[in-house]
Amino acid sequence: TQTQLVTRLWSGYTNSTPQLLRLIDAYLAAVMLSGAIQFVYVLLVGTFPYNSFLSGFIASVGAFILAANLRMQLNGANEFYSLSPEGAFAEFIFCSLVFYGFVVNFLG
Amino acid sequence: MGASTAADAVWLRVVILVAIGVLSISSRLFSVIRFESVIHEFDPWFNYRSTMQLVEKGFYEFLNWFDDFSWYPLGRVVGGTVYPGIMITAGAAHWIMNKLNFPVDIRNVCVFLAPFFSAFTAVACYLLTTEIKDASAGLLAAAFIGIAPGYISRSVAGSYDNEGIAIFLLMITFYFWLKALKLGSSFYGGLTALFYFYMVSAWGGYVFIINLIPLHAFALLLMGRFTPRLYVAYSTFYVIGTLSSMQIPFVGFQPTRTSEHMAALGIFGLLQIIAFIEMIRSHLSANQFQSLFQGLILSIFLVGFAALVALTFGGYIAPWTGRFYSLWDTGYAKKYIPIIASVSEHQPTAWPAFFFDLQLLMPLFPAGIYFCFQELRDEHVFIIIYAVTGSYFAGVMVRLMLTLTPCVCIASAFAISKVLDVYLAPPKEVLNDEPEEETAATKPGDKAPERPKTILYGIKDFDSRLAVIVPISVVLVLFAWHCTWVTSSAYSSPSIVLASQNRDGSQHIIDDFREAYYWLRQNSEPDDKILSWWDYGYQITGMANRTVLVDNNTWNNTHIATVGKAMSCSEDVSYEIMKRHDVKFVLVIFGAVLGYSGDDINKFLWMVRIGEGVYPNDVSERSFFTDRGEYRVDDQATPTMKNSVMYKTSYYRFAELYGPNGNPYDRVRNQPIPKKAINLHTMDEAFTSENFIVRIYQVKDLDNLGRSLNAAASFGKSKRKKRASVKVAATRKARDDDDE
Repeated sequence: TQTQLVTRLWSGYTNSTPQLLRLIDAYLAAVMLSGAIQFVYVLLVGTFPYNSFLSGFIASVGAFILAANLRMQLNGANEFYSLSPEGAFAEFIFCSLVFYGFVVNFLG
Repeated sequence: MGASTAADAVWLRVVILVAIGVLSISSRLFSVIRFESVIHEFDPWFNYRSTMQLVEKGFYEFLNWFDDFSWYPLGRVVGGTVYPGIMITAGAAHWIMNKLNFPVDIRNVCVFLAPFFSAFTAVACYLLTTEIKDASAGLLAAAFIGIAPGYISRSVAGSYDNEGIAIFLLMITFYFWLKALKLGSSFYGGLTALFYFYMVSAWGGYVFIINLIPLHAFALLLMGRFTPRLYVAYSTFYVIGTLSSMQIPFVGFQPTRTSEHMAALGIFGLLQIIAFIEMIRSHLSANQFQSLFQGLILSIFLVGFAALVALTFGGYIAPWTGRFYSLWDTGYAKKYIPIIASVSEHQPTAWPAFFFDLQLLMPLFPAGIYFCFQELRDEHVFIIIYAVTGSYFAGVMVRLMLTLTPCVCIASAFAISKVLDVYLAPPKEVLNDEPEEETAATKPGDKAPERPKTILYGIKDFDSRLAVIVPISVVLVLFAWHCTWVTSSAYSSPSIVLASQNRDGSQHIIDDFREAYYWLRQNSEPDDKILSWWDYGYQITGMANRTVLVDNNTWNNTHIATVGKAMSCSEDVSYEIMKRHDVKFVLVIFGAVLGYSGDDINKFLWMVRIGEGVYPNDVSERSFFTDRGEYRVDDQATPTMKNSVMYKTSYYRFAELYGPNGNPYDRVRNQPIPKKAINLHTMDEAFTSENFIVRIYQVKDLDNLGRSLNAAASFGKSKRKKRASVKVAATRKARDDDDE
């Protein structure tokens, strides 16, 4: 029944998720993959330039988080007070600018 | 309250806030008006000195500054061991004013920074309380925090310390956090993180934020209040905040490696899991969800928690540092780290201190928390958690009263404004015709016919609301009075200048510290090294501009213990230490003449304890006590005490002060001092200030003939040892040993 549940989950997801959110989900998956690759690499090689590892890895985590925020804000099912899709996107851009500024500064 | 339109209310608020700002600045100026515009205390002197470095040399030089004026043989990498926020703030203010052709001395910028930031704190408190209740409670909170002595004590003019700007940053960070949580806005989450970054750069107390916000989020999760808004606010704050906090060199990789930051990481992970599960839940029916995820959340949480614990015990995550650990285990510091316990601010708080610092707010505080429980929206949960943790920490440590004060102000404002809401509301029958009672009062002729009169008789006719409003107004006035009195009498003295009153009430200023420091500045070589207890390190480098061995940044306990040993051993032992460290001058603070109790003899036991912690063979605390366990300086003092460098340098020629027939008397210890002259053979008295508070000794060079200084001194002194007999030499040898 577990596989049954998973297929049901998948079908539920494909049926009910709009195009825009699926786009974001694809981006989330890609970012997560990049984070996983970096982490595996660190496990294999070691953490010598620790700040570079941290900034790279946190860049993945942060990109994931910021996109997940956007997804939540765009998702019609969630209630957000007085936030238009354009507003949500502007917030995304603001946070990304701040965040990647710190990432680049920390890269070393 | 008197505004007829919303626009008028806004103007009124602005005017009140400006007035509160002016009040909070001006109530912090007592010490500047009474004395002068100087930097107070100890720590601010270092901040001041590094700000001057920043202003003179520029930002990059400041970041890479290696200070060879402190911790003499070692030096200090200032850029990597300091929270640079306050220096950069003052430097920026100085730069802006100079760009505007308003050339202000950097000293004045530093002196007046804290009062100005206290005005900003009032505004931040207003905003925060407005989120919690409404603007009228906000104004009350702003007025409270503007004059509450608990905060003034750390932010008077001249107190150029990290806390001056940190409380503003604390409040504004919390405000943006609540805002982000309410709106689910990642923009405000980003702002929270940016101000958190500023806070990290300003004060070590940022750890409070990075534990309080996760605690709040966790409480909301436990209350079943997970919302996408919580996810957005917290995740944005955590990711940007953590990355940005690591940019501060002093913090470095700590957010990934120390236990203080692990709560935030744990809650971050937990939120991800819960958000993911919520998403899956939306695609499944409740029944299917149950079967798929029964216990999954719990097991993931437990595994994550176990992983954190395992990493801590495995040594990958550093355990709590002593400073934070001593907050939990309150006996820890006294037992293992005397240097933490030796600071007077690290003692537990007594009850009167709460009342002294907060007066009216103290009884109102629990009432405000009660009202928070009654409403219990997300932001009220935050205030409750802040109140509980803040109260605990303020109870454990005196200096943490500072972080409790804003919370007390907010909760009390909440309580008072709740009461005033009820008792200042227009009576029910007036509500129908005009919204405001004040307009009714100004134009009574227009309104009178419309009002449906309910006729009351006897005691009911009396407007009972007055019975509540009048006492409240009275206690508020008394509160303002108390605050002003406390600020004026207790918290407005610059500790570098001592004030006493003459018989006629006029003020007598005792300025021995600056006298002595300035003597050092002018009469010693620029590369001379000064040995003193660590308390005076910052002031000596700041005012005398000379190199010291240890200072208030107590990062190297061994080095401090070496100084403690040099102070508590006999002259010959400490001479060796001093020569090894190139010490030219020894500076001691001595209050027995004037009755200044914060002198080095009273601190001496801490020097002994800290010295004993590292050199248990050379220093023993027990030998400084008499057989009956008393700490004495009179003729019953132990030989170890009498032979210690600290005792000798303090009381050197003290008896002469009282003339041949006088009775030398220590006004701090209240003990008579033996008249027998003290012989110093390894150092010369170089300077003693007017009231004997600061005594400076110059360490002698090695003897030209290669004798020990003890032998050289006794050769120069005593006539009767001219007979060169073996027997006398032997007794002399024996006496030398005795001296040690």
